[in-house]
Amino acid sequence: MRVLVCLKQILDPDVPARDFEIDPAAKAAKRGGANLVTNIFCENAIETALQFREAASDAKITALCYGESTAEDCLRKAMAMTVDEACLVQRDGNPNPDAAAVGRVLAAAIRRLEQDGGPFDAVLVGRESGDWGTGQTGGALAEELGRPLLGFVESLAPGNGGVTLRRQTDVGIEVAEAEPPFVVTITNNEDNVPRIPKTRDVMMSYRKPLRKLNLADLGLDDEEIRNGASSFEVEEIFVPSDEVECVLAEGDTLDERVDQLARKIHEVVASIG
Amino acid sequence: MANVAVCVLGSFGYDRAAQGAAGAGRALAESVGGELHALVIGPADDGAVASLSAVADRVLLGGNEELRDVQPEQALQAAEQLLEAGGGDYVAVLLGNDTYSQEIAPRLAHRLGGSSMADAAAIRMDGDHLLAQRTAYGGKAISIYRLKKQPSVVWLRARGFEPAPEQASAGEVTSVDLALDAPRIRITGREVTEQEGVRLEDAPVIVSGGRGLGGPEPFQELKKLADAIGAEQGASRAACDAGWVPPNWQVGQTGKKVAPELYIAIAISGASQHLLGMGDSKVVAAINTDADAPIFKHCSFGIVEDYKQVVPLLTEKLEAMAG
Ligand SMILES: Cc1cc2nc3c(=O)[nH]c(=O)nc-3n(C[C@H](O)[C@H](O)[C@H](O)COP(=O)(O)OP(=O)(O)OC[C@H]3O[C@@H](n4cnc5c(N)ncnc54)[C@H](O)[C@@H]3O)c2cc1C
Ligand SMILES: Nc1ncnc2c1ncn2[C@@H]1O[C@H](COP(=O)(O)O)[C@@H](O)[C@H]1O
Repeated sequence: MRVLVCLKQILDPDVPARDFEIDPAAKAAKRGGANLVTNIFCENAIETALQFREAASDAKITALCYGESTAEDCLRKAMAMTVDEACLVQRDGNPNPDAAAVGRVLAAAIRRLEQDGGPFDAVLVGRESGDWGTGQTGGALAEELGRPLLGFVESLAPGNGGVTLRRQTDVGIEVAEAEPPFVVTITNNEDNVPRIPKTRDVMMSYRKPLRKLNLADLGLDDEEIRNGASSFEVEEIFVPSDEVECVLAEGDTLDERVDQLARKIHEVVASIG
Repeated sequence: MANVAVCVLGSFGYDRAAQGAAGAGRALAESVGGELHALVIGPADDGAVASLSAVADRVLLGGNEELRDVQPEQALQAAEQLLEAGGGDYVAVLLGNDTYSQEIAPRLAHRLGGSSMADAAAIRMDGDHLLAQRTAYGGKAISIYRLKKQPSVVWLRARGFEPAPEQASAGEVTSVDLALDAPRIRITGREVTEQEGVRLEDAPVIVSGGRGLGGPEPFQELKKLADAIGAEQGASRAACDAGWVPPNWQVGQTGKKVAPELYIAIAISGASQHLLGMGDSKVVAAINTDADAPIFKHCSFGIVEDYKQVVPLLTEKLEAMAG
């Protein structure tokens, strides 16, 4: 079995709201002092793939990213988490291409990697990213590849001839049987919290292969990706001002303070009837 | 002429999400001078069909029995074929925010050569293009996207839209025979979590707990508080990831979007991604040991205190007040 995980590098979503600013010209967040990190759902996807490999023993995992050279860090970290190999499709001067464009690039890269190393049975992407987070890339990629997709998957296990998937829906858990090749989007649950790489594996990660490709290598041209495939653009972006004044419970004793809180809660609840 | 389609899952009926999606669809159809078509994926009961024909100009029923339990691959095919049966001339295709709609939206857009967008809180036409408003950067910003290709396939934060108004005359209902392939990924089992009480999305009062609770047991304590005021229980991602409560308790960007009259956040810091799920609450109250926690910038009242001190006493007082 070959498994491919798509990783996206994003601006650290944990930057506090007070440090967050928009660059009006770029129509995007200012980098400021924020770190660049791997999108959390991509790390959940790596963890899910690693657990699948532990159960399926012969599986090999490849990480793929379309990003700037800084994204090498994400791929190294993935290999430190014991992903077997990685590929970076280099991007420059093409900020915020939308899901349709990214899907086309990732699909072309996947086909190239498959030419050289055989087909990927499963392609894993995150359910959405923590920056623009439209969660459309998985769907676009599945269609580009002509493969079926299941969303919100939390685990993969070797099944009867195929792969058994568990996924979260509004009404509860669904179990599905998938015939490779297929695409899934990964969501979080208590079992796919990303592992912390061991020091030894961090060292080892530098010996693992990191292949670099550019759009020309994939037979794509930048102009085409920018204009032909892109299906949306940012018209406007702003920071909402939605802070409200909070009245904190006051009083000399805990009992008085909790009493104030209780009255306010009771008042609201009683008004609902 | 160009029309607007709204896709509804038959098994979900004409629920609040479908009503909101149809409402958004009607407003859009009026703005382009076109019709509103309701596309029903899978068998639906007569009541739901009647409700849809009261608000739409046309209803296209894809009632194939194999769609009763939704198979995503087939739902996608069904949507494609229903759009074709409806004439194919659509500026926009709108869907609700259930799991199935979310996963098929980008694929449908791709098949139709259109644009897709997720979780739109507002939509309108600007010339030939649809503009969709949603949050970005985990709720820290609001962005408006211009969708450049038609049709625009958009799943909506549907409950936030006004339900569609009834029309003077009922829309024509047509059954469409769908030709569906066997799904390449087949759902074989469902473990439906029995929802005690109302769904979180519809709950008037919610008591949520976060990482600061330190473990699963304190959620029992919060349950007593919730019972005292008739509330449902929710949680932050941190509490769900820790396995203290099931994943479907998660409120936030990638959890439930709730809009209760009262939301009580206990030991939750108020990260933007959490606020995104509960920002539509009418009144928010917080219990947190840290006076600088961001949640206090987004609540109307609260208490800076250890929940262990507050919750039992608060529950006792509220039980007494409820009499
Ligand atoms: C792409 C993406 C999507 C996300 N989606 C979601 C989502 O849907 N929902 C979500 O919730 N998060 C989501 N997150 C995670 C989010 O960023 C935060 O990490 C998470 O909400 C933090 O949960 P928390 O407030 O419970 O924990 P923390 O931030 O650790 O806060 C714990 C709080 O408890 C307080 N506390 C500690 N002890 C006590 C005590 N004894 N009494 C009272 N208070 C106490 C602390 O002061 C602190 O404020 C997402 C993140 C990303 C990147
Ligand atoms: N540039 C990229 N390179 C690799 N994977 C990506 C890229 N952009 C998006 N993805 C994948 O698509 C998922 C959803 O992203 P998005 O559609 O941007 O919300 C991410 O979690 C990644 O797995």
